[in-house]
Amino acid sequence: MANSEVDQSRRRFLTTATAVVGAGGVAAVATPFLSSMAPSARALAAGAPVQYNVSKVEPGQLVRVMWRGKPVWVVNRTEQMLGDLPSMEANLKDPASDDTNMQPEYAKNGVRAREDKSAYLVLVGICTHLGCSPTFRPEVAPADLGADWKGGFYCACHGSRFDMAGRVYKNVPAGANLEVPPYYFMDDQTILIGESGGKA
Amino acid sequence: MADRPAHDYSGFLGWVEDRFPMMETWNKHIAQYYAPKNFNFWYFMGSLAMVVLAIQIFSGLFLAFHYKPDTSLAFASVEYIMRDVPGGWFIRYMHSTGASAFFVVVYLHMFRALIYGSYKGKRELIWLIGMTIYLALMATAFMGYLLPWGQMSYWGAQVIINLFNTIPLIGESLSIWIRGDFVLGDATLNRFFALHFFIPVLVLPALVFVHIVALHAVGSNNPDGVEIKQGPKGNKWSETAPADGIPFHPYYTVKDLVGVVVFMIGFFAVVFFAPEMGGYFLEKPNFEPANALKTPEHIAPVWYFTPFYTVLRAIPDPWWGTVAMFAAIIMLFFIPWIDKNPVKSWRYRNLAHKFNLLIFAAVFIVLGWMGVEAVTPVYKELGTRMTQVYFLFFAVLAIHSRPTSNELQASSVFFILGLAVSVGIAVVLTLFGSGFLNGILLGLLVVALFVGARMLAEKLYGETPKGRYVMWFSILLGLVLIYDLLFRLNLEAPGEAVQLVLQLPLIIIYLGATLLLPAFKPAFNAEKPVPERVTG
Repeated sequence: MANSEVDQSRRRFLTTATAVVGAGGVAAVATPFLSSMAPSARALAAGAPVQYNVSKVEPGQLVRVMWRGKPVWVVNRTEQMLGDLPSMEANLKDPASDDTNMQPEYAKNGVRAREDKSAYLVLVGICTHLGCSPTFRPEVAPADLGADWKGGFYCACHGSRFDMAGRVYKNVPAGANLEVPPYYFMDDQTILIGESGGKA
Repeated sequence: MADRPAHDYSGFLGWVEDRFPMMETWNKHIAQYYAPKNFNFWYFMGSLAMVVLAIQIFSGLFLAFHYKPDTSLAFASVEYIMRDVPGGWFIRYMHSTGASAFFVVVYLHMFRALIYGSYKGKRELIWLIGMTIYLALMATAFMGYLLPWGQMSYWGAQVIINLFNTIPLIGESLSIWIRGDFVLGDATLNRFFALHFFIPVLVLPALVFVHIVALHAVGSNNPDGVEIKQGPKGNKWSETAPADGIPFHPYYTVKDLVGVVVFMIGFFAVVFFAPEMGGYFLEKPNFEPANALKTPEHIAPVWYFTPFYTVLRAIPDPWWGTVAMFAAIIMLFFIPWIDKNPVKSWRYRNLAHKFNLLIFAAVFIVLGWMGVEAVTPVYKELGTRMTQVYFLFFAVLAIHSRPTSNELQASSVFFILGLAVSVGIAVVLTLFGSGFLNGILLGLLVVALFVGARMLAEKLYGETPKGRYVMWFSILLGLVLIYDLLFRLNLEAPGEAVQLVLQLPLIIIYLGATLLLPAFKPAFNAEKPVPERVTG
């Protein structure tokens, strides 16, 4: 066939149109594949709140509770631990908990807990750096953490430090305070982690 | 269609050859592929890497016959392979040792390319494909390490996936999409198992194939960095082949076979006598099942990731630490465009360049060592200093591209460069909430450093190679000092501040050895003439 008989512009239009429709088809068919990797309905449903009886948590003790597959710590802080908190502020990145994503409104205070039950610290036990679970180090001035240490949480993975209210130290890899999950006291002894209750 | 070359195979071989280019391919890539005759030890690594890939695919297939990718069954199924499956322990130890052996061989293969300049002379694509193979290898190894579902599997994957969490805006949804759940769980394990099969079995061999096709199209480099195709023609086997080439088969197939035998002796010595390699190949916490409530006291990635892990830890900010870690890998992609020196092999480059490469290798090893150690002020600082040298290496590599150049960039060029940097920094700092003004001030400081170093060098030594080296020495040292003073010096932590000062000489020694020695001692800057033909 001689070239002169071919309508080149029509041929180019048809080629381009086919390619464009084909690309649209690829995008359409990619959608279910990509979204199949997102959390399934079962994973979405597994977010129920958990109850815990705190009456057996001694002062100075930490217990771990599983919530949404993550460790949640409940610490019964001593008077000494609470009293030391204000003296830490010069060493902290966010002493006043100004990052509103990291705690509910009722925990944005000097102890990062509900005012009426300020001894009980509730934290998601996941380092805000890269997700290791820090170690509870309540002792004062241990050899490896230095003389200034007044108790808190130390992440051995990358050396991040947090005080007894889960507030992050300056000059460590983590950038934010440990997260306080929503919680409230159902009665004097029972804590519900995962919901803020009516008084939020 | 183009005619295929005539052949004189007869019988069955001839029947096949008429229908399929079997011998044609064999000849093109093996029997009549003329490789330089002067290959040395370093040239074992490419074929060894393919041998290890074959070991991994084969042993992995047999492990998959017994393994169960389910969080409640995975750990037990690995123990089952180790204890109850006949020969299972042997297959698993081959697979776990093979993972480490793969990285040993690949790191040596990459260093070979660095010292002999094997990314030059139309070989940039070979280097890029090779780097892609390296990335695919790292992804595969990372996903494979999750499969036993031990403590280290779990927390290692937790940390690495959370790296994506640090990306502004999209980070959180991206990491949830990768995990397929809000926490690391069954969905993650299942998909990692599928990908751990898909990437090495289908993607890696395809990448190796194009790596070799590109290599055979251009031709192999060699320890002298001399192009044999540009030399005289005609050897014992062919009138038209390069005179300094020998057929890959039988010469290099037999040579590589010797390499494989020696490698296998070492490989199986590890498999039989030290499969855990003192906790470096198989880490001790991984003998405990994954526990989402408790991170092991001390976690570290497997040794082949630790250099980049140290870079991550060197920067006390999650997002910038992640950026630095990925930048450390991405910089390697650009090496063919950073090192523009026409001389390929380090045999004929100046001594300062050799120092630079050897120090880079040593720094990579120290970074790896720091990555398995717990963070103390001394090690934290050493890790940071080594990270700085790691990145300075690329700048020095570019400066060594033209060792006898006397070109001091014009002040105006430096001013514009500095201004561009300053605007960039200002935008970034504003986006991350540290203030536009800080960014402008920092930018002006950088401009002043560039322009000042240039004027100082010109005043002292004029437009000479000496002046150029001194100028770059001042600029690079100045950048390190600016970074240290503005971002790292924290007088509230005196222990760390002391280390910062004590270890500053490491930077000065590095820059001195690679930039001041060649400036003031001509013996360190002299390049040797490249011979016309390969030696030895």
